Amino acid sequence: MPKLEGTDTGRRISLREDFVIMALAVILVVITSVSLMLGKFPIEPHEAICMLLGQVFPIDQFWTNQQQTLFFNVRLPRILLALMVGCCLAAAGAAFQGTFQNPLVSPDILGASQGAALGAAIAILLGASAFATSLFAFCFAIATVFLVLLISSRAKGNRILVVVLAGVMVSSLFQAGVSFTKLIADPTDQLPAITYWLMGSLTSAKMSDVTLVAAPMIIGCVVLFAMRWRINILTMGDDEAATMGVNAKRMRVVVLLAATLVTASSVAVSGMVGWVGLVIPHLCRMLVGCDYRKLLPASMLMGASFLLLVDDIARLVATSEIPIGILTAFVGAPFFLYLITRERKI
Amino acid sequence: MSIDIEHVSFSYGKHQVLRDVNASIPDGVLVNVLGPNGVGKSTLFRCILCLNSDYEGVIRVNGKDLRDLSVRERAREISYIPQTHAPVYNYKVRDVVLMSTGADVGIFGTPGREQVERAEQALERIGIGHLADRMYTHISGGEQQLVLIARALAQNAKTIVMDEPTSALDYGNTVRVLSCVKQLAREGLSIVQSTHQPDQAFLFADKTLVVYDGTVEAYGDPKDVITAELVGRIYGVEVEVNSLYGDKVRVCVPTSEIREE
Repeated sequence: MPKLEGTDTGRRISLREDFVIMALAVILVVITSVSLMLGKFPIEPHEAICMLLGQVFPIDQFWTNQQQTLFFNVRLPRILLALMVGCCLAAAGAAFQGTFQNPLVSPDILGASQGAALGAAIAILLGASAFATSLFAFCFAIATVFLVLLISSRAKGNRILVVVLAGVMVSSLFQAGVSFTKLIADPTDQLPAITYWLMGSLTSAKMSDVTLVAAPMIIGCVVLFAMRWRINILTMGDDEAATMGVNAKRMRVVVLLAATLVTASSVAVSGMVGWVGLVIPHLCRMLVGCDYRKLLPASMLMGASFLLLVDDIARLVATSEIPIGILTAFVGAPFFLYLITRERKI
Repeated sequence: MSIDIEHVSFSYGKHQVLRDVNASIPDGVLVNVLGPNGVGKSTLFRCILCLNSDYEGVIRVNGKDLRDLSVRERAREISYIPQTHAPVYNYKVRDVVLMSTGADVGIFGTPGREQVERAEQALERIGIGHLADRMYTHISGGEQQLVLIARALAQNAKTIVMDEPTSALDYGNTVRVLSCVKQLAREGLSIVQSTHQPDQAFLFADKTLVVYDGTVEAYGDPKDVITAELVGRIYGVEVEVNSLYGDKVRVCVPTSEIREE
């Protein structure tokens, strides 16, 4: 094969993007390590490291049992969940933006968030446990998306428009349902619980939450990651995709299902954490471009880092915790506005 | 390779768009499709590409009925070059071309070295290898159209359909794109392209297919087909067809503008 001109520059430019992804991975590792050592309960960095290593290697315990319990039952699950939810929401957001050929779409475009909210609110009304509430939220989120896809498959007109419209309509219907549950909820305990859930929080993260959502999150993310290049072709529109040998309809369904799986899992355990899925993919586009082969891994890494960072702020900065859903908007939106109004792009 | 269209009719609901269309496009021939807006040119193309598959009659591309093939297999037979359009997301030229190699990549795969090399060879073949690392929206409309042609080439199909490739281009880019397409036909590809300029066919096409009122009005050598009478009939404009350079080329001139003087 003759050596082609332009190949070397091509490699160089794609090296730059790989470098950015690597840098994001390093940042993720650093933030995770630091987060493991941060907390209101005193656990020294070397204690944290030894506790983790102690799970694999035989290390004599020199820390207290209380420290161990807190580390593994409170701090670690919370950090894991922040990483997983951040990664999933960003990946789902990027995937939805690609399949709907619209950069303003967020992961709850198909009603997953409102469905989960209604499920959680009903569970709280029924006096269910935290675990059951998450399970309810997850099932409702999935059911809502199926409802939206079912309605849109029966409607006439532009496929993409119809799907988005159906999502918006079903969302507003379920939002009314949530408002109704608030109306009839007991104002002393149920109403605050629903309100708090809706704000989005990782405060009550437990290992059981992690195990509940780990499987669907991993499956969804693996599928999205594997299809990352084909999402590029979807952004060209269905007809063009078809003439290039890609069955756009079938592929869109696969991508939507995978993205819905991770979104529903996220919302089920963290409540409504807005913003991440919409804006992290945008930030990543500024860094690595629109090619999903680079964009998807970059979004996953940055989403995980971002949500963990914000959750660290949520649990450390104020004496009483600020819900993460509020913080993501407080931290993220101004930063994003700064970025898009800057003269020079990154 | 070839396209054979036999007794093809197509309706959108009750509205019949195509009726009994017959044409045969042999190997290595460049055909211009002519006809006013709304006569069914695009619908015919959609049927050929099997984007509309519920037509009556038979269309064989390279001897195969595309309705019997999977979407992936169809892409190996025929490729489509759309009009340039602004994509929602901005990709590098190389990555735009790379998209057409999807038929050879597994559903969970990404293109490898072989596909990248094919994309770069397609760009070189069109003579725009230097654009590979530019962003698609940062190059000119003419260059974008050439990139879409390269994309179709990278697909390795032997038959190509182009929908008004030059309608949005300036004069220089129009000539460059058309001569590039002509060259590809000389290299053995069968190409069908629609156009709004009747006299483009004299320079750039082997045959002219005139679609009018949902069916084939005329089909053959441009010199036989494009007459003052036919242009007047289908477009409602009186023209005079004149020859230049010892009848190597002909031009259409609207006579109404000249008589007024």
